[in-house]
Amino acid sequence: MTRRAVARTLVYLSLLGATVVVLLPLAVVFLTSLKSDEELANGSGALTLPEKLFNVGNYVTAFQDGRMLSAFANTAFILLFAIGGTVLIGSMTAYAIDRFQFRLKKLVVALFLIAALVPGVTTQVATFQIVTSFGMFDTRWAPIVLYMGTDIVSIYIFLQFVRSIPISLDESARLDGANAFTIYRRIIFPLLKPAIATVVIVKGITVYNDFYIPFLYMPSQDLGVISTSLFRFRGPFGAHWEVISAGAVLVILPTLIVFLLLQRYIYNGFMRGATR
Amino acid sequence: MTDTTHKAARPSPVAPPAPVPAKAPRGARRWRGLTPWLFLLAPLALLLVFTYAPIVNMVAYSFTDWDGVSPELHYTGVGNYVEIFTREDLFQVFFVSGYYLAASVVQIAAALYFATILGFNVRFRNFFKGVLFFPYLINGVAIGFVFLYFFQDGGTLDSVLGLFGVHTDHAWLGTPTSANTSLAGVSVWRYLGLNFVLFLGAIQSIPSELYEAAELDGANRWQQFRHIIAPGIKPVLTLTVILSISGSLSAFEIPYIMTGGATGTETFVIQTVKLAFQFNKTGLASAAAVVLLLIILAVTWVQRRLVPDERVDLV
Repeated sequence: MTRRAVARTLVYLSLLGATVVVLLPLAVVFLTSLKSDEELANGSGALTLPEKLFNVGNYVTAFQDGRMLSAFANTAFILLFAIGGTVLIGSMTAYAIDRFQFRLKKLVVALFLIAALVPGVTTQVATFQIVTSFGMFDTRWAPIVLYMGTDIVSIYIFLQFVRSIPISLDESARLDGANAFTIYRRIIFPLLKPAIATVVIVKGITVYNDFYIPFLYMPSQDLGVISTSLFRFRGPFGAHWEVISAGAVLVILPTLIVFLLLQRYIYNGFMRGATR
Repeated sequence: MTDTTHKAARPSPVAPPAPVPAKAPRGARRWRGLTPWLFLLAPLALLLVFTYAPIVNMVAYSFTDWDGVSPELHYTGVGNYVEIFTREDLFQVFFVSGYYLAASVVQIAAALYFATILGFNVRFRNFFKGVLFFPYLINGVAIGFVFLYFFQDGGTLDSVLGLFGVHTDHAWLGTPTSANTSLAGVSVWRYLGLNFVLFLGAIQSIPSELYEAAELDGANRWQQFRHIIAPGIKPVLTLTVILSISGSLSAFEIPYIMTGGATGTETFVIQTVKLAFQFNKTGLASAAAVVLLLIILAVTWVQRRLVPDERVDLV
């Protein structure tokens, strides 16, 4: 073999190795979710195939006893309002900052810029008191408001897009008698579709996966979102790894489907979000 | 103490701002001046109430012995800060961050390697890209459970080692060193994908003529990396380093879900959460949070100084 061929082989071997490292832990959990508790008790090892390939019993248990149905409902509710709010807030802020000259504009921009540097995890100690004082503790509004109010990344994304919309469009609309609000609603907002798609995807995945905020603000069982409900599997299902695995697979599956369908948007969105 | 929070009226963020009367006299100066504020009303209210008010309150709490509930609190000066840096059990968490910092070095190196490989023509490129990135999208609790099973007695790792004839009854999460290493490994597994995709994006935005010219000049892969790729990804690289440092300091989900901070795996954020919400030491927890905030701001400031951002283009 020439040196080049050896190098190529090594490259593919390393890629293959990485693939195994990523997929094996997930595959094993999937296999475990299909096994019965006797199979696990036998100690036949983690890598064996389940006896019955279509044993969905654990999924039924996870759904019924693990409250996964209400968890998905709560997550959907929060997603709907948090994303809707983020899109409105982000686009309005971007429109106001990009299209208007006003006093204190520098200060407003600086406030948003500096807020982007403050990691949310650090301030929860005090945010908690504020949320409680509004009576939002242990309601679904606490995470909704927090997700909406502290998302600087989507403001950045919207700002980039608003800037790319020619001002001449605003001006000709203004000549036709449209006021600022009509321009925002009829011209800017519809043209922001690509930015909205990006924000919806990035925000959606972030909110769906978030554990910290629902864990802090919604302790009651009925308000479990998928993260906190899955977290509670540790108690009742203690050593029942087949049920815990089924729960984990249930949570991962929607992400996988969304990822396969929207790959390109997801890469772009997260890159934009991180490099802003 | 909390009355700063009541000054801003409770926002109704979902609703659009008060509809501007359609017949607003056009060109009227006052209206023009007011319009941007109507758009900014809800965003600014949310920003002030949920980002700035907490910071102000937090700094204020950090000088008191408040327990978070009782109306009574005493001013304790810098007592809380002294406690954080002198009580050994509290200071301990900074050493745990060391594991995550070390892991992020490995993570960045691996991400760079894979991004360089996949920046060029490789078969099944999209498949490999997807596989490497996907973990970043998975729910943290699910990842925690997947890896609890992975490190369990007779779990995935033991079974794989068994295939190679290695039989061990080592409890992977049993000792502080082993547990922290395992947890840091999980966080590499989880976050590698983001670094990788950022690097890949930067590499692919380098014009391909550069490589072609280099190849004509007889440059090998290493030289291409050294002289074309490395300078091209420098901004992303520094950004990644900063994200890694603040990420290592604020590690929470993986250790909290997997061990709950037991066997010496308690991180800064776990400790702060426990102080505030389990032991009702709001004052002390606030001081800890202020310290973390200051460290992260300092790190960011250093980064801005090192790499003057060409793209500070918000206005």
